[in-house]
Amino acid sequence: MSLLEEELKAEGEESAAAVVRSPATLTAFRRGLSGITVPILTAVLAFIAGGLVVLATGHNPLSTYSSIFNGTGLNWLFPWVSGAERSTAAGNLQQTLLNATPLILVGIAVSFAFRAGMFNIGGQGQYTVGLIVAVWVGSSFSGMPSVLHIVFAILAAALAGGAWAGIAGLLKATTGANEVISTIMLNWIAIWLGVYVFQLGGPLHNHAQATVPVSNSVVSGAKLPVFWGSASLQGLDVGIFISLALAVVYGLLINRTRLGYESRTVGFNPEAARYSGMNVGRTWIRVMVICGAFAGVAAALDVLGWKFSLFTNDIQTSQIGFYGIAVALLGRNTASGNIAAGVLFGALLTGTSNRNINLSIDPTLVEYLTFMIEGIIILLVSTDVITLRLLKGGRQVRVALGRRRSAEAGPSPGGAS
Amino acid sequence: MSVGTIALAPGRGVTARQVGIAAAVLGALAWVITIPPIEVRSVAPSVVLAAVAVLAGAWAVAGGERKLGIEAIAVAVLAVAGSVASANSSIATLESVFTWSALVAATLRYMTPLLFAALGGVISESSGVINVGLEGMMLMGCFWGIYGADLLHSWVWGVLAAMVAGGLLALVHAVFSIHLRANQIVSGMGLNFVALGITGYFLEYHYGPNGTPLNISMIPNVTLPGIRHVAFFGTAFSGANLMTWVGLALVPALTFFLFRTRGGLRLRSVGEKPRAADTVGLSVMRIRYVAVVVSGMLAALGGAYLSVGFVGSFSNNMTNGRGFIALAAMIFGKWKPWGALWATLLFGLGNALSDRVSSVNPTLGTLFEALPYVFTLVAVAGLVGRSRAPAEDGIPYVRE
Repeated sequence: MSLLEEELKAEGEESAAAVVRSPATLTAFRRGLSGITVPILTAVLAFIAGGLVVLATGHNPLSTYSSIFNGTGLNWLFPWVSGAERSTAAGNLQQTLLNATPLILVGIAVSFAFRAGMFNIGGQGQYTVGLIVAVWVGSSFSGMPSVLHIVFAILAAALAGGAWAGIAGLLKATTGANEVISTIMLNWIAIWLGVYVFQLGGPLHNHAQATVPVSNSVVSGAKLPVFWGSASLQGLDVGIFISLALAVVYGLLINRTRLGYESRTVGFNPEAARYSGMNVGRTWIRVMVICGAFAGVAAALDVLGWKFSLFTNDIQTSQIGFYGIAVALLGRNTASGNIAAGVLFGALLTGTSNRNINLSIDPTLVEYLTFMIEGIIILLVSTDVITLRLLKGGRQVRVALGRRRSAEAGPSPGGAS
Repeated sequence: MSVGTIALAPGRGVTARQVGIAAAVLGALAWVITIPPIEVRSVAPSVVLAAVAVLAGAWAVAGGERKLGIEAIAVAVLAVAGSVASANSSIATLESVFTWSALVAATLRYMTPLLFAALGGVISESSGVINVGLEGMMLMGCFWGIYGADLLHSWVWGVLAAMVAGGLLALVHAVFSIHLRANQIVSGMGLNFVALGITGYFLEYHYGPNGTPLNISMIPNVTLPGIRHVAFFGTAFSGANLMTWVGLALVPALTFFLFRTRGGLRLRSVGEKPRAADTVGLSVMRIRYVAVVVSGMLAALGGAYLSVGFVGSFSNNMTNGRGFIALAAMIFGKWKPWGALWATLLFGLGNALSDRVSSVNPTLGTLFEALPYVFTLVAVAGLVGRSRAPAEDGIPYVRE
């Protein structure tokens, strides 16, 4: 019953503040339903739906999923897995965590904006400018002391990502430009900028590679140390700890600081925030800059951890900004939620990558199955009604919806229109 | 002299707005005279024109049109930079980039898919449902269009299959955003992933690693008999695809429907004041359902043009963000069909130009690819200002 009560409470706040009613604001309210059961059930439902597609096309969903699971390396956690199987599992688990590292941070870049009532679709662009700056700093300044060089590269990438996102925040605050549109535009500008600088003859192109559009490589001093697995076989580097630490920072920032309070207030109701003396525009700008900085750090950890150099193709095909949206939504914009969702999507990406699928299943099919599962997860996250109905039974949900209706029709400020 | 009006002569007033627009036109002209067909080979006239434009822009700012004046000044500054670039390029380079007839033809090609999706967006959002899923609906049109054309050996079936597929995906969006009162942006994003998964999955399932067959029946180009050999129009228009003409015809048709017919009034009333529409007996839910499904069909037509009309095959994620560009074009065009047309023409021209520039200078061409997005960013921030969405766009409707 507590879930429904929370739902009702959240919806009550929603109708009271319906003056604002931007979709991102609504998401900020929905967060009131912060239980862990609903996200898990959402993921399970999505896997079942994906399994139906597998079944419909004449494959066995159970063997497909068990193959994906073994590909994620999560079987390493089972004590009975041993020998060669165990070392393969360890390698896969390292990849899962490598994938999770940036996903957690890009997810936070989306989440923080959501909490402040904005929809940051620009994670991709902020990540991309972070990539450009990180690989430039990492491949230059070869005489620098190692730790200093790493910190410098990460900070520079954070600054670049922050500035990039800050443009969208600034435009929203000063001219009222919709951040959805401006961040989409900034994504494309960043992507073409990246292709421009690394292409043949581009300003950051590696001139030793006359026919390959690739950047210079990060010098060995700026590489993040690998602590699990072999550094030459793309083992797990310390970036995951930086990512986790920043997730904790995000949790503290949103819940324990003045800026966090202000941004949540702005997210709930900008008008109320304005009347209580907060500078809404400034909060928007600050939040966007911080979001971009998280995405920039994600890029730096990828570059310094295992990418080391960038092909123009990497920049054009990267989908991480969109995965970030999925992570944020499934993680319900909380720090711990982003970590869990980041690991889940990291595992999905690793488990469905070509080399991890056994040959009885077409690996390409499985790869696209991932997109379907992700899409269905996001779709289910967009409304709680379906999962709640399964969880609590139809009758109670109808009661809840009925009460929600009467609350909305009541004399609250938004009820009239 | 009242604020906002500048007296040029006694008894006659020119508004600051007119001065600002004139300044912007002058500023643009400063660059236009340096490219074909005029090709002034000196920077001087451009600088003079731009200086006049800056003065007029400043005048407009003083007269109260702050935003417009600043934009005009920005245009003038950019134009000087552009004219320096033109003066430093050879005539041959200029003429190969600005072959206007070929540019127009390429612009129309790039515009067509965007236009269909943007018009779909206009319909959906006029009824009050945000459609971020345009990208996915286009992609469905791309794949199922090819599949239909291949299976039944006719592009007509391809187009129909595309519309059904796009309409079905839109129907899911409609159920989620209208009945389940989902967050519409989130639901649309989810559908984009679903479409990416479905099209990739079935491409692999039906066609395997070899991809779609080569001999697809394609949507024909329309050859206009009268202008085929006329100098400019022949190259510019005579090879345009049937879908391009259909898209262009849809713009006035849709404008007429939205603003001159009962159905259009109902559609807009549901997006602006659903409570009032409900009170006079309209079914808000049903109208929104129809609008969302139609928008999905239109977006899918744009996708079908890409695959069945232009390329003749399907590759994974073929739309590559075009749905989002269409969404931006719709907002840029202030949620109106004509606005959407101008915006998509601008994007098309940007793409066409960057193609031409790439043929002369590949490095610079890449940077030109970003130009339409920069324009949009500037325009969304300045020129368009606070463009207004339909009042209830994105708000689920609940009956009392």
